[in-house]
Amino acid sequence: MSKISRSDKLAILADAAKYDASCASSGSVNRNSAKSGGIGSTGGMGICHSYAPDGRCISLLKILMTNYCMFDCLYCINRSSSNVRRAAFTVQEIVDLTLDFYKRNYIEGLFLSSGIIRSPDYTMEQLVEVARRLRVVHRFGGYIHLKTIPEADPDLLKQAGQYADRLSINIELPDDESIARLAPEKDGKLIRRSMNNLGKKVREAKAERKSSRKAPLFAPGGHSTQMIIGADASDDAKILTTSNGLYGSYGLKRVYYSAFSPIPDSSSNLPAQAPPLLREHRLYQADWLLRFYGFSVDEIMQGGSAGQLDLTIDPKLAWALQNRARFPVNINLADREILLRIPGLGGKGVGKILQARRFSALRLADLERICQSVKKILPFITTADWHPGKQLDSLNLYDRLKPPPEQLSLFEA
Amino acid sequence: MNMVTGDIQGAYRITLASEVDRDGWRDHARRLLQAGIAPEQVTWTVEGRRDAGELDLSPSAILPAQNSDQPSRPVRISKTLLSLINTALLHSNADRFNLAYRILWRAQSLPGLHRNPADPDMLKLNRYAKAIRRDIHKMHAFVRFRKIGDSAGREQFVAWFEPDHHITEAVAPFFRNRFTGMDWLIVTPGASIAWDGHKLSVGPGGCKDDVPQEDVIEAEWRTYYANIFNPARVKIGAMKSEMPMKYWKNLPEAELIPSLLEQAGTRVDAMTAHTPEDVLFDDKMDKPAANLPASLDQLYALLEQRADAPMEKFSDRLVRGSGPDRADLMIIGEQPGDQEDREGKPFVGPAGQLLDRALAEAGIDRQQTFLTNAVKRFKYTQRGKRRLHETPNVGEINYYRWWVEQEIRLVDPGLVVALGATAARSLTGRPVKIARRRGEILADAEGRSILITVHPSYLLRIPDEQGRQVEYAKFMRDLQVARDFVN
Ligand code: SF4
Repeated sequence: MSKISRSDKLAILADAAKYDASCASSGSVNRNSAKSGGIGSTGGMGICHSYAPDGRCISLLKILMTNYCMFDCLYCINRSSSNVRRAAFTVQEIVDLTLDFYKRNYIEGLFLSSGIIRSPDYTMEQLVEVARRLRVVHRFGGYIHLKTIPEADPDLLKQAGQYADRLSINIELPDDESIARLAPEKDGKLIRRSMNNLGKKVREAKAERKSSRKAPLFAPGGHSTQMIIGADASDDAKILTTSNGLYGSYGLKRVYYSAFSPIPDSSSNLPAQAPPLLREHRLYQADWLLRFYGFSVDEIMQGGSAGQLDLTIDPKLAWALQNRARFPVNINLADREILLRIPGLGGKGVGKILQARRFSALRLADLERICQSVKKILPFITTADWHPGKQLDSLNLYDRLKPPPEQLSLFEA
Repeated sequence: MNMVTGDIQGAYRITLASEVDRDGWRDHARRLLQAGIAPEQVTWTVEGRRDAGELDLSPSAILPAQNSDQPSRPVRISKTLLSLINTALLHSNADRFNLAYRILWRAQSLPGLHRNPADPDMLKLNRYAKAIRRDIHKMHAFVRFRKIGDSAGREQFVAWFEPDHHITEAVAPFFRNRFTGMDWLIVTPGASIAWDGHKLSVGPGGCKDDVPQEDVIEAEWRTYYANIFNPARVKIGAMKSEMPMKYWKNLPEAELIPSLLEQAGTRVDAMTAHTPEDVLFDDKMDKPAANLPASLDQLYALLEQRADAPMEKFSDRLVRGSGPDRADLMIIGEQPGDQEDREGKPFVGPAGQLLDRALAEAGIDRQQTFLTNAVKRFKYTQRGKRRLHETPNVGEINYYRWWVEQEIRLVDPGLVVALGATAARSLTGRPVKIARRRGEILADAEGRSILITVHPSYLLRIPDEQGRQVEYAKFMRDLQVARDFVN
């Protein structure tokens, strides 16, 4: 019987993990090895140690423990009926690989997930054991994100939280009916119950830490989830409503959107085409508006049509074009909330404007110095020396403001 | 006594001890300020800096000491501004000391200066500080250690890195806190830093050749890099802005980028290629006998007599199907194995035992099931005393197809289960992707129901326990579908 090497397993089990969008290693406690004498630190923002040609940051060693799976979720490359090559790491192999990579400064830590083998409990036990060995045996101080299995015993979840910085449970699809259709062994209600449970534990542990520094940590980096976009018929309004609900009810740190990727040998129940990546991008932008810019789902959707976001322009610009009466905004007088609604102006830019205008009334030249691109915001603002005039009423504003076609080739000029 | 000697048109030249002599700058700046010397009168340079000093013939300034008869002016500076300056002073641009002194000077009469992001001096200072933060961040990210040995229970690692600015010493604590448990050395052109478990030390700069060019783990790292990349989403702009090409030469994974991009298109095509919904059944079949046999006994007797059966590599013995003459469920395997050949019965070897167990667990009564094979004789290669199973080829499968067809006609089951590719091919006349077709009730040209699943011997061949468990569970699920269908 041929034994497959660690490197072969890595190829298979990294390939299987690449459909997971999250690679975040931020937002946990500050931890370093100076005291423990071990290896690893975390703090503040995570570090992206490399970038793949798909533009994604490589921060964590993102792998599956195994891509064998008893379940048969149609959108998933690891589903039991798919005929991909299979492999399974042992617990110790994952521990060693993580340390080998970490010591060479390739990664911030480990993001471990797995197909379901034998039983949800068994699988979860293995995942927890990896985290335990890293933390306890090897005094590993790097970042650990465990994908947890909603069907597993809540007690295992509790243990996972002791070792991991972040836990996640994937919601998978925006509504229960799609889950039932495309992931027959899964149960939307159960997923949400586990998420709720997780959110509660994270909150409680945080509160206890406030009253006592000695209270045990529980997933200090919070919890997150991922939703697959374009595998079912849900529109953007539905997706954003679901996300909004998730943020509100379970205190999630992030909802990740992952454009459904056509997988080899896929089921005929799935679209053969991937949704445009731009759709995923627009959803992230809209998500941002929900969380940091005080927009409601309804407001965001004003900029779209028939429940879908506009793919050509970003959702903030789309909203502004539907609400031209609210512009132009006086840069020198408007409140923060209003400034945040100006298309092309981010949170940082707004902060700088608020600071700078305390010294003198801002002119265009001042803005040019502190904003990334003034051209974009010009139609929407007035300054001491600028008024957009009738621009806002012009019908071709949309065409003028839409971005030029993107340039993609790497080795051109 | 220290004297002001900036006699050439009031110009003072300050020479700092090194590019990172921030303490020196602070010292001098304080004293210049207290002596009321305006920024325009001061030139800053660094000891041993190649491009400085030669054209500048003014004597090094000897700083004005605190003049005892002049009350020294208190230097006012906010903490925020000081820390910003501290960061910006690591910038490689030679004008940074000047800029910082000018800002310090202006801040004395304009205490809110640093809060004004639109001020041109502050803008520049902020830009410098930002470049430093980015450079530090990139160094945290892109240093790649290579292992050079183990000693006294600690591993030793070395790295080469080329920062844009004078940040090497500033990043040392970060690396110490992160890699406390190992010994390391980071060499850059300007300086090197090292940690031995007890103390951090700073040394002179070096060159790339000082550092080993390989580490065994790099191959695995590249494997990871190549496989975590999703070819369905190429976004080079995003990659290059975060990982500028100037860093690529020192990143072991970056050499893969061109080939990954080149192959991306082909890989995506392979991912999206849906094999066309092929016709599953092909009912062309030889019809060797004019009269259809009336019973199973007659069928097997006829088959035994035929002289045209493929015999090369085959055992002579014909292994008949077993089970009741009429059955609701018929299971077809590949061919008899060594043990089946000896006993003359199907499914008595290891695979048969596994099948027995699975049938029992699925609630299927073996006694009520008709078991047979797609190929009726054992094909093998002799290896010493052992006879090794050999897979029958398409011609051999086709030879027996009509006979299998007759078995089905006579037993008349409600469902035929095909175990593995040979049985599936025998029933459909075509190659079948098991993974794609398994577990579904399919109808053949005659309207008979067929279910395809794996052969139990496949389960026996899976090397690891976890895989076997999963595959067994899937096999069980298929059998349960079969059971529910006939019940
Ligand atoms: S349970 Fe997870 S790994 Fe298994 S098929 Fe479903 S999504 Fe894929």
